[in-house]
Amino acid sequence: MIEIIDLYKSFFGQQVLNGLNLRIADKELIAIIGQSGGGKSVFLRHLIGLVKPDSGSIIIEGIDITRVTRKELDIVRQKFGVVFQGGALFDSLTIYDNVAFPIREILMLDEAKVEQRVKELLEDVGLSGIEKKYPAEISGGMKKRVALARALVTEPKIVLFDEPTTGLDPILLHSIHHLIVDTHKKYGFTGVIISHDIPEIFDVVDRVAFLYKGRIAEIGTPAEIQNSANPISRQFITGSLDGSTEILL
Amino acid sequence: MKTISYSHLASLGENKMLSCSDRIISSLEGYMEKLIRKIGAKAIFIIRMTGHMFVFLINSICHVFVPPFKFKLLLKQMKFIGNKSLVVVVLIGSFTGMVLALQIFYTLRKFGSEAMLGPAVALSLIRELGPVLSALTVTGRAGSAITAEIGIMRITEQIDALTSMALNPLRYLVVPNIVAAIIVFPLLTAIFDVIGIFGGYLVGVKLLGLSSGTYFSQMKQYIDIVDIEIGLYKSISFGMIVSWVSCYKGYYTSYGAEGVSKSTTEAVVLSSIFILIWDYFIGSLYL
Repeated sequence: MIEIIDLYKSFFGQQVLNGLNLRIADKELIAIIGQSGGGKSVFLRHLIGLVKPDSGSIIIEGIDITRVTRKELDIVRQKFGVVFQGGALFDSLTIYDNVAFPIREILMLDEAKVEQRVKELLEDVGLSGIEKKYPAEISGGMKKRVALARALVTEPKIVLFDEPTTGLDPILLHSIHHLIVDTHKKYGFTGVIISHDIPEIFDVVDRVAFLYKGRIAEIGTPAEIQNSANPISRQFITGSLDGSTEILL
Repeated sequence: MKTISYSHLASLGENKMLSCSDRIISSLEGYMEKLIRKIGAKAIFIIRMTGHMFVFLINSICHVFVPPFKFKLLLKQMKFIGNKSLVVVVLIGSFTGMVLALQIFYTLRKFGSEAMLGPAVALSLIRELGPVLSALTVTGRAGSAITAEIGIMRITEQIDALTSMALNPLRYLVVPNIVAAIIVFPLLTAIFDVIGIFGGYLVGVKLLGLSSGTYFSQMKQYIDIVDIEIGLYKSISFGMIVSWVSCYKGYYTSYGAEGVSKSTTEAVVLSSIFILIWDYFIGSLYL
């Protein structure tokens, strides 16, 4: 389970997270939605310990990662897989080596097992046959799939998705969403998805949390959020310019 | 009609002058305060950055001795820094030796000591020009590329990806560069020296008519092992400086293409300055 308690973070005097509280159950798939520049990615970076909060706690399976040593944090990090916004694939490595990288470096499996695992993962994400290519030689959608394969290769308990469909066309967007659902069913991870895909994301996740002004303004099932009476949530979901939401430019 | 006396006018003028000078003084004070604040802020920034850079270096050096060692990455970086800089080093080395021979021969002829051309060229190259010029060459070619590569990895979240996998990016990105530079810089310097001496030979012997025996035998007589040692120490320390500064600037690149370009420029400028300052200090130790 992931529990975030009173999380505060500011950058150069600007309050980005302002007392954020959130509980994410095991094997749950949750989407964090909210305005651009509203602190969603910052929040996600806190979960993996890439950013230190000003105050508050982030408890991952009973360990408060804001109060641990680097070594202890690294042990917690091994439970995670992260799909970064642009994929963050290593340019100098082939697709095969990118996916194999975490299992070679962390699990230190022998090469036969590495090959078997990489091929299985690339099949799962529908990308067999591109092992020898480099990230620069494949499309944006393929990069996202490879990033997902790399994130899942160590069979992590928690997978974080930072806007996994940004820059993709609607068909690719749906295919990535299906892929997330399918892999979630197969591997049973806890998934946190930062997303702007409204309403598509409602078909993917178990719950949706709406982040506004650095805290969770509303949380519930996709149906609850879609039928919310909260004027700010409603305005965000409908994308209307008229309303009380402070527009961040 | 109101009459105004001269003394009243004078006092008015005096007051006006006083208030004017007061204003100049107060604006000067304000300007000075701003200037001192700016200098202070810059000084604090430089001290902080220096401290940060040293912590980065110590951290990286600590990781050099901690297994698992990344030999493949080390070989890759040795090839990148060394092999790919070879042509430039050979080219600059040969012309440096040739120019050096030409200028030194002209000076020595005035004293009738042309026979000293060999040792003069060799000593200049081995003690000074070889390590410094090869380091500056590699800074421009490989140092800037290292900064750009690591900087791009930073802005495309590849470094964050490594961290999120519980892997230390220093081990993959910084340690191989530092070790590779420490190994490769002395080798490049040695090649620079040899090519430079040969360039001097071409000009001194083949062009200016000095005998080949004089050129080399005098060299053997005047060059001590200490001269070679100093060149070696210099090139090792320059390798460390270039890789350290280049990796640091890349690792802490600010976001965007502009950030990478700024870091690359800073890496080259800072490395070059550090090389020349350190060259002076290490040179003065061995006089």
